[in-house]
Amino acid sequence: MDRDQLLCNLTALDFMAVDLHLYLNTHPNDTEAITKYNQILTKADVLRKEYEKVCGPLSSFRSPSRAPWEWVDDPWPWQNSFNFKLT
Amino acid sequence: MWIYEKKLEYPIKIKNPNPKMAKVIITQYGGPDGELAASLRYLSQKFSMVTPQARATLNDIGTEELAHLEMIGSMVKQLMANATIDQIKAAGMEAFYADHDKGVYPQSAAGVPFTAAYIQSKGDPVTDLTEDMAAEQKARSTYEWLINMADDPDVIEPLKFLREREIVHFQRFGEALRIVQDFLDSKKCHAVYLPEGCR
Repeated sequence: MDRDQLLCNLTALDFMAVDLHLYLNTHPNDTEAITKYNQILTKADVLRKEYEKVCGPLSSFRSPSRAPWEWVDDPWPWQNSFNFKLT
Repeated sequence: MWIYEKKLEYPIKIKNPNPKMAKVIITQYGGPDGELAASLRYLSQKFSMVTPQARATLNDIGTEELAHLEMIGSMVKQLMANATIDQIKAAGMEAFYADHDKGVYPQSAAGVPFTAAYIQSKGDPVTDLTEDMAAEQKARSTYEWLINMADDPDVIEPLKFLREREIVHFQRFGEALRIVQDFLDSKKCHAVYLPEGCR
């Protein structure tokens, strides 16, 4: 997968996680949704590692760096060139 | 504690400069029903919220609003990026330009700087959650008025995403309010809320 495809897939998975997370806060006994949430996290973890190998660190204090310090590398998310084109 | 993720919740990739749209979209950055107000409201109210589900809801929606704030800032930045002085003047953005150049500043569409007077944190969980539900509807309406004024799909799609999130948040706050009301009923203090006695 190229950078845009990785970012697109990760954005989709993380969004599912965000949405289910909010749902579970008010439905803590929905075991089916918890299973789904855990499955999404497992998939996103794999993709996150793949993305970081290609594009550099994703998370502050959670992503290791090569030298020189990769965190500062452009592009940043608010820059046009960072983002993938919606189809 | 927060962890920054070096990506947006939803992509912002705007090709064409449009300072006219930037001028109105900025209201969701620092305006009365904007994302900064939403985030600050929920992240302040969480400290006095009752029931674990409602505490989590305020904490996590407040956090998601910060991601929305970043999306709106990105939209304003990209809409202004290659705008010429003539385009900025034609859009009626001279006053903004004089104070901020192409910087992103928290203000309303009418140019009023952000103020904490937009929000409440009342210490009463029913009052706060009811305000939050209204706030989500006000933000949804604002996104609809913004979509009415937009003609570029690069702008419309993220606005539609944000509008949908307001609807989901409204739903979640409604559920949190029901949980809180059940809790207060179980404590037999629904007629008059007794802050210390009920916690």
